[in-house]
Amino acid sequence: MTPLYQINIRKTLADAHLEEAIYAATARLMDHRRQVVGPQALPDYQELREQARRIKQHTLENLDAYLEQFEAQVQARGGVVVWARDGGEAADFLLELARRKQARLIVKSKSMTTEEIGLRERLEQHHLETVETDLGEYIIQLAQERPYHIVAPALHKTRYEVGEIFRRRLGVPEETVPEKQTKIARRVLRQKFLAADIGVTGANFLVADSGAVVLVENEGNARLTTSAPRIHVALAGIEKLIPRAQDLAVFLKLLGRSATGQPLTVYTSLLAGPRREGELDGPEEFYVVLLDNGRTRVLADRDKRQSLYCIRCGACLNHCPVYRRIGGHNYPWVYSGPIGKIISPQFQGLMQDPWLPFASSLCAACAEVCPVKIEIPRLLLELRAEIVKTWRRERQKRLERWAFRLWAWAMRRPRIYEMLALAAGALMGEEAGRGWLAKAPALLNAGPLRAWFSQRDLPPPGRTFRQLWRTRTARVR
Amino acid sequence: MPARVSLFVTCLVDQFFPQVGLAMAEVLERIGYRVDFPEAQTCCGQPAFNTGYREEARQVAQHFLEVFREADYVVVPSGSCTAMITRHYEELFARQPEWLEQARRLAPRVWEFSRFLLEVAGVEDVGARLEAVVTYHDGCHALRELGIREGPRRLLARVRGLELREMDTAEECCGFGGTFAVKFPELSGAMARTKLEAIRRTGARYVVSIDSSCLMQIGGALSRAGLPVQPLHLAEVLARR
Repeated sequence: MTPLYQINIRKTLADAHLEEAIYAATARLMDHRRQVVGPQALPDYQELREQARRIKQHTLENLDAYLEQFEAQVQARGGVVVWARDGGEAADFLLELARRKQARLIVKSKSMTTEEIGLRERLEQHHLETVETDLGEYIIQLAQERPYHIVAPALHKTRYEVGEIFRRRLGVPEETVPEKQTKIARRVLRQKFLAADIGVTGANFLVADSGAVVLVENEGNARLTTSAPRIHVALAGIEKLIPRAQDLAVFLKLLGRSATGQPLTVYTSLLAGPRREGELDGPEEFYVVLLDNGRTRVLADRDKRQSLYCIRCGACLNHCPVYRRIGGHNYPWVYSGPIGKIISPQFQGLMQDPWLPFASSLCAACAEVCPVKIEIPRLLLELRAEIVKTWRRERQKRLERWAFRLWAWAMRRPRIYEMLALAAGALMGEEAGRGWLAKAPALLNAGPLRAWFSQRDLPPPGRTFRQLWRTRTARVR
Repeated sequence: MPARVSLFVTCLVDQFFPQVGLAMAEVLERIGYRVDFPEAQTCCGQPAFNTGYREEARQVAQHFLEVFREADYVVVPSGSCTAMITRHYEELFARQPEWLEQARRLAPRVWEFSRFLLEVAGVEDVGARLEAVVTYHDGCHALRELGIREGPRRLLARVRGLELREMDTAEECCGFGGTFAVKFPELSGAMARTKLEAIRRTGARYVVSIDSSCLMQIGGALSRAGLPVQPLHLAEVLARR
């Protein structure tokens, strides 16, 4: 039986329009990035990556101290830090806060961490209206889907589809011009901003030495989310910490460039504490929810800890030949692409979707562009080894395990290896001499060989190199 | 007495592309090396390593280390297998100090073919001639693990009659990926077809690479699509005169 993930991948591959659209959209993002990280545009790009990696490594190795420093700084500025073990605890805090403040409407800016815990759905279940204000995220909310891409959640939606979604969900006439669609969304969202009681954001960085939440965006909606409502709640994973405000000089240079090819995004907000006396804007109350949700477990794994360095720029998605063909909805969790392949098993359980780390050609394009130098291919290999170990322990995947055991046995015995090679060659040889083979001989038409021939031909087997070499050596003598 | 190099032809070349091994031997002899072929060689262990079968990979890697223990130079017609030996044996034997030591002793003597020509032999022009338009495909492991980008192009530039026409996505994966090719055949096939399009647009008659695994994937897809482009290993180009 074909597993569901294979069927879904096939479905996406069969949709030529979608595949072309993803490929083209990611190609644009790749191109934009290339223009701003080149040796002329940013001569110290490689040094910045190395610095960013080191800062992340240092912070995570001393995370306990930095978290406490951050909490103290937030408190000193009149804010409140809330510790949440998982999505349930984070949502419970917000629900309780909303109840206490008699809040009826929450506006949100884009945040993968809130997607990770399904915050919007959790709040809506309790009849607390929650509205996404990032345009792409708003489209996704109206379409009742999940983000297609870490940075561009509605990457897969054409303007025609957006027009249809707006007509259906907002009751407006169908509009296919993007600028006009933006105007429609703005009109609706302005009212929400003005009426909202609580603004929920994520955080791109949390600065330990100043208790600041840093938000990076292009639409200005995060700025409105944090200033229009009376209350601002920022929800962030504990790995978002950086030690000092000056470290932003490294990360802000890398984030916009890696994500969208912008030297700097349109808005960068550093928010610390609620509005103080004499200040004109800012919320009356300021909360930071620090989320674990599996992060401390990943942190404990010395080898794979680096998965937490990720700053969610999405560059690995844009450069991944797999993501570029199967898109963001064929991955089992909200985090898609190469980073999703390494963090999903670690957060959700190794054997939840054991196929995931194998769905990679190990081309390493992701590692080449990662701004914090996460060794994604190496971690994929580690995860594969752990999965195989589990199969071995649980006596699963017998055929594959026996095949590799047999293979390893033969590969240590050159004579047997040669005999097997010759036998395979002889079996395939019936069509030899007529160029590449288009199909497997009936006897071998199964498993890997059948899969190979489903897509491409195979070089004609003939004499092996060692046979030819013997002939050659004999001739020379 | 000319220096001696030992060929590690790789299992793929041994079984599917023997002419690549012969071409490599011919070029090396032409520039003055004595070439031998340790007959006990089989595979470097990469297929098992990449599929998560560390124990099986270790056994095969140990066999490799034993076979080539005394070699002065090991020359390999593959960036991928070279990276396996020179980089991933480190991970593979992380907990076996004796084998790790042996892997570390051998690693500096293991060379990918094009890099051996340029950096050890110091030869850029091997006297080859091929009247044709070719395009070059960067194998991912050669490119991103070994940093091989300009070398093969420099060697191609010295081939008489040859015109190199770059494709727009030379550095994009062809979709082979070892067992990935058969675990996710449709996905792997889709990646190959993108590559084919890029190759076709160049109008080249040959697509050249330093990895036979990529050429098996690209060649297989070319053959299936009935396109008149031939896969050719760099060694085969350099052997032509």
